[in-house]
Amino acid sequence: MNAMTGSHVPALHIDNLHKSFGKTEIIRGINLSIAPGERHAVIGPNGAGKSTLFNLITARFAASKGKVSLHGQDLAGMAPYEINRLGLSRSFQITNIFPKMSVFENIRCGLLWSMGYKYSFWNLVSRSRALTEGAEAILEQINLTARRDLPAGVLSYAEQRALEIGITIAGGADVIMLDEPTAGMSNTETDYIVDLIRKVTVGKTLVMVEHDMGVVFGLADQISVLVYGEIIATGAPEDVRGNPKVQEAYLGAALEEEH
Amino acid sequence: MSDQTTSQPRTGSLTGSLSFALAPWIVAAVLLLFLPMIFQANSAITIMNQMWITVIFALAYNMLLGQGGMLSFGHAVYMGVGGFFCMHIMNWDSFERIPLPLLPVFGGLFGMGLAILVGAFSTRKAGTVFAMISLGVGELIAACSVIIVVFFGGEEGISGDRTYGLPFMGVEFLKQIEVYYLIAFWLMISAALMYLFSRTPIGRMANAVRDNPERAEFLGYSARWVRFYSFVASGFFCGVAGALFAINYEILTEENLNTASSGVILLVTFLGGVGFFFGPILGAIVFTLVQTVLSLQTELWAFYAGILFVATVMFFPGGLAGVLMMHVPAIRLGKAKLLLVPYIKTLIPAAIGILGLAALVEMIFHYRHASTGDNEMTLFWTTFDSHAVMPWIVVIAVIVIAFGVMRRNLPEMTDAWDEANHAEEG
Repeated sequence: MNAMTGSHVPALHIDNLHKSFGKTEIIRGINLSIAPGERHAVIGPNGAGKSTLFNLITARFAASKGKVSLHGQDLAGMAPYEINRLGLSRSFQITNIFPKMSVFENIRCGLLWSMGYKYSFWNLVSRSRALTEGAEAILEQINLTARRDLPAGVLSYAEQRALEIGITIAGGADVIMLDEPTAGMSNTETDYIVDLIRKVTVGKTLVMVEHDMGVVFGLADQISVLVYGEIIATGAPEDVRGNPKVQEAYLGAALEEEH
Repeated sequence: MSDQTTSQPRTGSLTGSLSFALAPWIVAAVLLLFLPMIFQANSAITIMNQMWITVIFALAYNMLLGQGGMLSFGHAVYMGVGGFFCMHIMNWDSFERIPLPLLPVFGGLFGMGLAILVGAFSTRKAGTVFAMISLGVGELIAACSVIIVVFFGGEEGISGDRTYGLPFMGVEFLKQIEVYYLIAFWLMISAALMYLFSRTPIGRMANAVRDNPERAEFLGYSARWVRFYSFVASGFFCGVAGALFAINYEILTEENLNTASSGVILLVTFLGGVGFFFGPILGAIVFTLVQTVLSLQTELWAFYAGILFVATVMFFPGGLAGVLMMHVPAIRLGKAKLLLVPYIKTLIPAAIGILGLAALVEMIFHYRHASTGDNEMTLFWTTFDSHAVMPWIVVIAVIVIAFGVMRRNLPEMTDAWDEANHAEEG
């Protein structure tokens, strides 16, 4: 799996990860290795534990057992901001932006730390050309230039999702994690966001959680199927689609839902 | 996905907006300079001194409440402790070698020092936890004022004499007007620095942490440290206000530390509006006027201040600044003048009705509390007998008619409001 980039350290490595809430075990021993530059999708029916897995990786929850490492570094016990500084950035399933700030400012907040401003109180943000240009370049990428000065809270849902992705990539993290980026969208909007994701994650490692299998087929290099807290298959999209276990556990359930 | 809204992005160049942004500062500086020449009375200078000190304190408080989303119930202590330290400097032998105008720097550093100590643990969490810790620390330090008499001077407080300092360019600060310009100078410096702080990376992230701490953490910022730095900066400017208080009044007591003072600054800031930088300035001006001018007119001033605060919270949560800024869209559309006549027709009767209600309150108060036989009272330049029937009928009639007219004209105002805020299609 690592052959494609020549690096032997996986971008993200999950080792025997468990998570229980009370007596209920939601994540039941997950092993996963994601190579740098890979676009990896974790799919699964509702309630499979996708979001829990996601929150475990980004240290929003503490794991009951097992470990997660980013570029070989154990993430246990780290605060979200520390993980972010190591180069992992995430989006949220429920749109999580700064609704009162302008679209431009949302992106700029995402840039501040990585551009070295830290807790500075001796720089004026409006004076930094690099900051303004960097934020404008990202706005251009996510096609929100025309919305630059609007409060983020008034954007349409799809635009807010695009902004969420923009904030997530702004800091230049090399591992991007997206939690159901197309949830609640129409087909056209979904296609638009998938194109956007493809465009903004070039050269980066992408881990995304998705309910809808159709969304990830054209996008992901590797797909893992999560069912009841376990990964039942990992592989290229075609192999996963052809896997009888996956069809039984996942596609069957999806078909039932549709009818 | 981009065909539902018609608003256009503003395309203003950075340099153009910079000179535009400087305009209010120049206006403020000119006003500060010339106000004492317009209002020359000693009492007016006294009121303005109190006002500008409150402005600094309220702006510093809003660094937490408005910019950082932290509700502090014990913020008087940062101003108070800064002031007490300055008082001790004034009473110190070496004070004669320190120019008085520098004292606020020391006040600021002491306020900041206390904020570093307290902020180290209180800013770990926002919300209720922060509010409770602030209340606890505030009470603790206020209680210390009667325990640590050496520092706080017990019940009579600590007093000093500002004129013992090194004369500054020949000025000894004997006169009230000299103190006025010292306060005005520090007001401009502090307000400008606090404004600039809100434009720095840490200031912007304070807003981000206020709105969405979790998101901010996933952008590389520790919400806790962002809060801490805002808290420390706020402590500095509270200390500056404390030093100016010490200079102006030459006495500090337990009252400068207690919860009531902390409550007042919360009221002032909220009244002015926490959502805009200039909000606390308006709040401090209005509240100081109520506290000084209105309190000369009526014993019930605190009652009216309370009603003003409750009305603000209920009907205008954006405060006075919010009410002003509500009109910006109409002004941008060039339709603000549509509002003028309906405003006059609605708000003047409303004002008369409110004054009538106040008159009623005053009459009830007089009827109940004036000593027997002393039935005469003066209200709005009219002297009458509060035990006679006629004045009551007149006042109630005025109230009923005024509010009746207001109600009749209200639909016109709401229509005008809709019209003024309605952008032409196309």
